[in-house]
Amino acid sequence: MCLGVPGKIVETYEKGGLHMARVDFGGIFREACLDYVPEAQVGEYCIIHVGFAISLLNESEAMETLDLLRQIGAIEEELGPEPTP
Amino acid sequence: MKYVTEYRDAELVKSVIGEIRHTVTRPWTLMEICGGQTHAIVRHGIDQLLPPEIELVHGPGCPVCVTPLELIDKALAIASQPNVIFCSYGDMLRVPGSGRDLFSVKAQGGDVRVVYSPLDAVTLAEKNPDKQVVFFAIGFETTAPANVMSVIQAQRLGLTNYSVLVSHVRVPPAMKAILGSPHNRVQGFLLAGHVNAVMGYHEYPSLLAEFKIPMVVTGFEPLDIVQGILTTAQLLEAGKIEIANAYQRAVTFEGLKPAQDAIEKVFMECDRAWRGIGMIPMSGWCLRPEFDLFNAEKRFNVGDIHTKESSLCIAGQILQGLKKPHDCPAFGKECTTENPLGATMVSSEGACAAYYKYGR
Amino acid sequence: MTDETINIEGAVCAPPLPHGEQIVMGHGAGGRMSHQLIQKAFMSAFDNPALLAGDDAARLESNLHANLAISTDAHVVFPLFFPGGDIGRLAVCGTVNDVAMLGAKPLYLTAGFILEEGLPMETLHRVVASMKSAADEAGVQIVAGDTKVVQKGKADGLYITTAGVGVIRTGVTVGGAQAKVGDVVILSGSIGDHGIAVLGARNELGFQSSLQSDVAPLNHLIDAMLDASDNVHVLRDPTRGGLATTLNEIATQSNVGILLDEETIPVHPEVGAACEMLGFDPLYVANEGKLVTMVAREDAESVLKAMQSTRYGEGAVIIGEVTAIRRGRVLLKTALGSTRIVDMLAGEMLPRIC
Repeated sequence: MCLGVPGKIVETYEKGGLHMARVDFGGIFREACLDYVPEAQVGEYCIIHVGFAISLLNESEAMETLDLLRQIGAIEEELGPEPTP
Repeated sequence: MKYVTEYRDAELVKSVIGEIRHTVTRPWTLMEICGGQTHAIVRHGIDQLLPPEIELVHGPGCPVCVTPLELIDKALAIASQPNVIFCSYGDMLRVPGSGRDLFSVKAQGGDVRVVYSPLDAVTLAEKNPDKQVVFFAIGFETTAPANVMSVIQAQRLGLTNYSVLVSHVRVPPAMKAILGSPHNRVQGFLLAGHVNAVMGYHEYPSLLAEFKIPMVVTGFEPLDIVQGILTTAQLLEAGKIEIANAYQRAVTFEGLKPAQDAIEKVFMECDRAWRGIGMIPMSGWCLRPEFDLFNAEKRFNVGDIHTKESSLCIAGQILQGLKKPHDCPAFGKECTTENPLGATMVSSEGACAAYYKYGR
Repeated sequence: MTDETINIEGAVCAPPLPHGEQIVMGHGAGGRMSHQLIQKAFMSAFDNPALLAGDDAARLESNLHANLAISTDAHVVFPLFFPGGDIGRLAVCGTVNDVAMLGAKPLYLTAGFILEEGLPMETLHRVVASMKSAADEAGVQIVAGDTKVVQKGKADGLYITTAGVGVIRTGVTVGGAQAKVGDVVILSGSIGDHGIAVLGARNELGFQSSLQSDVAPLNHLIDAMLDASDNVHVLRDPTRGGLATTLNEIATQSNVGILLDEETIPVHPEVGAACEMLGFDPLYVANEGKLVTMVAREDAESVLKAMQSTRYGEGAVIIGEVTAIRRGRVLLKTALGSTRIVDMLAGEMLPRIC
């Protein structure tokens, strides 16, 4: 139920009473509604689902998670792979 | 693509899987209840790479497939009417009703249109004042904010030719039904990350208290999924009954308040039948009576519908050892192990939970 | 459902309808439904060896000096003009390519036009000029044609049908049934460009991109490949239904397995982004200027080099191999090291929300 894709806000504007944004998905652009994430600014990333922003991506949380997982990666390298069953 | 590519890093994913391998000391059965997560698992073959101790079971996580037959038939009846522009998310077009689908209706002259966003349907209503525009508003909680906004916007614009056919389903009652079933084998739950992005996860402590199994908010990229599995495995091994968030970049405990407010304003909880499963009480959302004007079921006379269920693909139940192949009406005829009929559950190319098992 | 209690494990979904009684859009998508239609409505009725071989052009054995290849196509693309091309260029390149994929030098094309009442004459001139330009590039002549006009509302502006004939190189047998275990699979460039460019131009899903269709005549590229090796076994252009469908067709025709390496398959970042947004898989998106080939392993490097130094082949890469494992099936090794089946496109490719 959840095809949500990260996109970068490149422009915001009002349209028909709705707070809208032009979103860059990596070279593909589409309009999306920001009414549910009103604090989102140009340059920030949101998860877009069926033309609506449903989450403002938190860059510092993202970095923390990746760092944590990379640490796991480093430990794994030291431990060596388990024998495959 | 930022926020996508990093989460598909093969080395990182493999190292997290290695950590899962180191963590588990006995078998665990985990369920995910999101078509998007099932799709990601199939597409990247993640279940092949997990240690044998982890069994992934797929819950009814695709709103397209669980939409009740009666509502599909209503959709077909409405779409067949002259002067109607029937708008739908793409994957609904393929779902069979009693003997026909939206493709059949389109072939007979029905104006059926795929839209990416419900706001596109509202725009169609504005541009075609002499037609009735009906939008098939299906989905879990993830899609509810978008679907309700189309109603709010139509009201704001004073449109009299826009209505929605609602078939929303909610995750917590489904989880309650699954975990409360005597057949239940699920020991840990991967929560659908985008449902939680909207709703937060404040609805889940009561489920935790009742069923006492760990629940982990999980995302959709391979790294997110294995991180969710690792977190769940760690909780299980430590005997900790907790809710954890393994999708922190996108999900907060509170969720999106404006979205929850909008849903509360337009929808109310109601009973909902899940196709192939049965009635789960209060598991759906319906339009509040204040919005009757936008309710397609009220606007169109689609009373006398006689539903006739097509043979359902029960490959999943066969694989679980719960049913035998000869219980399936299509077995050996349209459907063989080489060419399973398993429906397009989550992807337009036919990957479904049963199918992928045959893919090994 | 025979149980009283709720039992939710595993997938319980209604299989899609087979649509045997009327034509629906899925029959034109190039996937399994299209194949079934062709089998049931045409192959069994017309029934001759040249047709039943199942390639995009027919190999006509004759007691003239050479064997001929002949092919036909209908073009109904909308909009008529899209980034990178138009219906005219598509028509010429499509048929030139089908003939060339049999190892033949395309020589002559015919073109039939179904024109909708009200079509501006200027539009027709633009399309025809584009056809001439494509024909000149390919080195073919359009030698016969037909024109019909239909009432307003019956032709999306303009439909074109083309037929093409060419002479198969002496001693060459190239076709979908010729793949051999051990062959290397080479793709001439990035996939999905045409399908996404046209979808963007239609604007029904509201996205904008700068992608261009890759529509191109590939006969000169094929000449370079056949000059480099006598062991090119299969040539095919992955049009509707995409690379996945084309490879499945070949796997079935040749009764071989095909193993692909996901990391080697080139996808333009914008095509990738559009597919992510819509829930598509680039493997199923149409191409109009790419080919896939299966070549004997010992000649793979020389064919690859020949492709990379010829126009339209600059992006050529090895993407997999022909195996004896799971004959009739296409398998993909993912970036994570797992393996999954790649099936044919079923019916219409639809954006998903799941």
